[in-house]
Amino acid sequence: MKATNRLEKIINLCFWLSASVIAGIFIIIIGYIAVKGFSVVNLDFIFTAPTRAGKEGGISTTIIGTVYLTAVALLFAVPLGVSTAIYLEEYARRKSRFARLVNLTAETLAGIPSIIFGLFGFVFFVIFLNLGWSILSGGMTLAIMILPTITRTAQEAILNVPHEYRENSLALGASKWQTISKITIPSAAPGIITGIILSIGRVVGETAAIILTAGSSLGMPLSLSDPVRTMAVHLYILALEGISLERAFGTAFVIVILIIIINYMAHLSLRRLSHLSS
Amino acid sequence: MANDVKIKSTDLKVFYHDFQALYEINMEIKENNVTALIGPSGCGKSTFLRSINRLNELIEGTSTKGQIYIDEIPLYDKDIDPVNLRKNVGMVFQQPSVFPMSIYDNVAYGPRIHGVKDKAILDEIVEKSLKAANLWNEVKDRIKSPATGMSGGQRQRLVMARVLAVEPQVILMDEPASALDPISTAKLEELISELKNSYTIVIVTHNMQQAARVSDYTGFFLNGALVEFNRTDELFVNPRDKRTEDYITGRFG
Ligand SMILES: Nc1ncnc2c1ncn2[C@@H]1O[C@H](COP(=O)(O)OP(=O)(O)O)[C@@H](O)[C@H]1O
Ligand SMILES: [Mg+2]
Repeated sequence: MKATNRLEKIINLCFWLSASVIAGIFIIIIGYIAVKGFSVVNLDFIFTAPTRAGKEGGISTTIIGTVYLTAVALLFAVPLGVSTAIYLEEYARRKSRFARLVNLTAETLAGIPSIIFGLFGFVFFVIFLNLGWSILSGGMTLAIMILPTITRTAQEAILNVPHEYRENSLALGASKWQTISKITIPSAAPGIITGIILSIGRVVGETAAIILTAGSSLGMPLSLSDPVRTMAVHLYILALEGISLERAFGTAFVIVILIIIINYMAHLSLRRLSHLSS
Repeated sequence: MANDVKIKSTDLKVFYHDFQALYEINMEIKENNVTALIGPSGCGKSTFLRSINRLNELIEGTSTKGQIYIDEIPLYDKDIDPVNLRKNVGMVFQQPSVFPMSIYDNVAYGPRIHGVKDKAILDEIVEKSLKAANLWNEVKDRIKSPATGMSGGQRQRLVMARVLAVEPQVILMDEPASALDPISTAKLEELISELKNSYTIVIVTHNMQQAARVSDYTGFFLNGALVEFNRTDELFVNPRDKRTEDYITGRFG
C-alpha cells in the first residue's frame, strides 16, 4: 500500500514538473520579448512606415503586409478546404478510391516543410504565371501550405457532428444540402474555426516561403500584384543583417500580441457558437 | 373514417447488404389509429418503421423489395421524392436529439426548411406545436434559450413539437419512451392518445404494457417476420400464434 502510494506521488510530481517546465519556458520567452520589445513599441512604432531598411521608423507596412497575405491565403484556402471536407465526409463514399487519394494527399501535404511550398510557389506563381513577387503569389502559396490543415480539421469537425442531427433533419423533410448547411456546418463551426486559427498562426510565423514568393519590400502595397514584407520576415531580416536587434524584438512583441488577440477573438467566437450547444 | 387504411405494406423485404432483415411484411395500418410494433430486439421493428419514411436508404448497402403505400401512393416508385415523403411522415427517435439551437429554432426548423419566412406565421406555428406537444406552459418564458438545457422528457416532447410543426399525416415513433422516466413516459403516452385524433401513429416499443395502453392495433415481429397482427385487445387476450403467446407472457424476449 505504502509503496504504491509513494510511487503515485513520484509520478504525480514528474507530471507536475513537466507542466511547470513548459509553463516556465513559455513565460520566460514571452517575458523576455516583452521586456526587450517594450522599449521600442509605441503607437508610432505601429503606425509609421519603416525607414533606412528598418533601422528607423516603425513597422506599419509589415503589419499591413501580414494582414493582406493572411487574408488572401484564407480567402483561397478556407472555401476550398471546407468544401473538400464536406465532399469527403458527406458526399464521397468512404471507401472510394478518389476519397482515399484525397485523404492521403492532404495527410502527406500536411507534413511537407513550408520551404518546399515556397520553392513551388516561386517557380509556379512568381516565374511561370509571371505574377512576380506579390501578395497574390505569396497568398496562393500560403493557401496551398495551409490547405491540408484547414481540410483535415474541418473533416474532423464534420465527422464529430452527431449522426442523429442529420437523421432528425432529414426525417423532417430537409434535403441533404439543407441538412449540411443548416445543421452540420454550424455544428462543426467551432472545429473549423480552430483549424483556421492554427493556419493563421502558421502564416504569421512563416518566413522563407514568403520571401521566395511575396518578396521583402518595405513599401506600402497598393495592389495584389505588389510585393510585401510580413512582420516575421522583417524580424528575420532585422536580426540576420544586424540592422537593429532592438527593433527585431519590438516586432516580435507585436507578433506575439497579435497572435494573442487572434486567439482571444477566436475563443470568444467559439464561446458564442458553442453557447447554444453547451 | 377511422377504419380507412392509411399505410399498406405488401411483400416488403429489406436487406442490409446480404443480410435479410425483413421477410415479406404485409400489413395494413389504419388511419387515425395507434399501431404498436412489438418483438424482441433485433427482429426488424426499426427497419420496418424506417422503411415507411425511406430512411433506410440513407445507409449504404440497404435495398428494399416490395412496396409500401400511403393513401394508395406507392412510396418506392421511381418518381417519388423521399424528401417530399418525409414532410408527410414525421419520425421520433429513441434518443430525443434536439438541435443545438434555441427551443424556438428547433420547432421552427421544419417550417423554415419548407419555406415559411413570415415571422408572425412562424410564431404561430411554434406556439401551436408546443401547445400540441404539451410543452408550451413549461417553456413559454424561455423559448429563445438553448434547447439543450432541457430535461429528457421535455426534449422528447420538443422533438414531438418539431415533428408536429411540419404537419405530417403519419408519425413514426421508435421506442420514444425508452430513455424516459415513468412520469415523462406517462406524459408522452397521454400525448399519443391526444394526437391520434389527427394523426396516424406507428410506435415501436418493447414495453408490452405500453403497447397495450396506447395502441389500437399491434403487430408482433420475430426474426424479421410479422408473426401476428391484430387489434391490440385481441392480440393480448387471445394470441393466435404460440410464439406471440410466449412473447407476451414473458417466456422469452
Ligand atoms: N445498418 C445496419 N447494417 C447491418 N445490419 C443492420 C443494420 N441495422 C439493423 N441491422 C440488422 O437488422 C436486424 C433488424 O434490426 P432492427 O430493425 O434495428 O431491429 P429492432 O428495431 O427490432 O431491434 C438486426 O439483426 C440488425 O442487426
Ligand atoms: Mg430498434
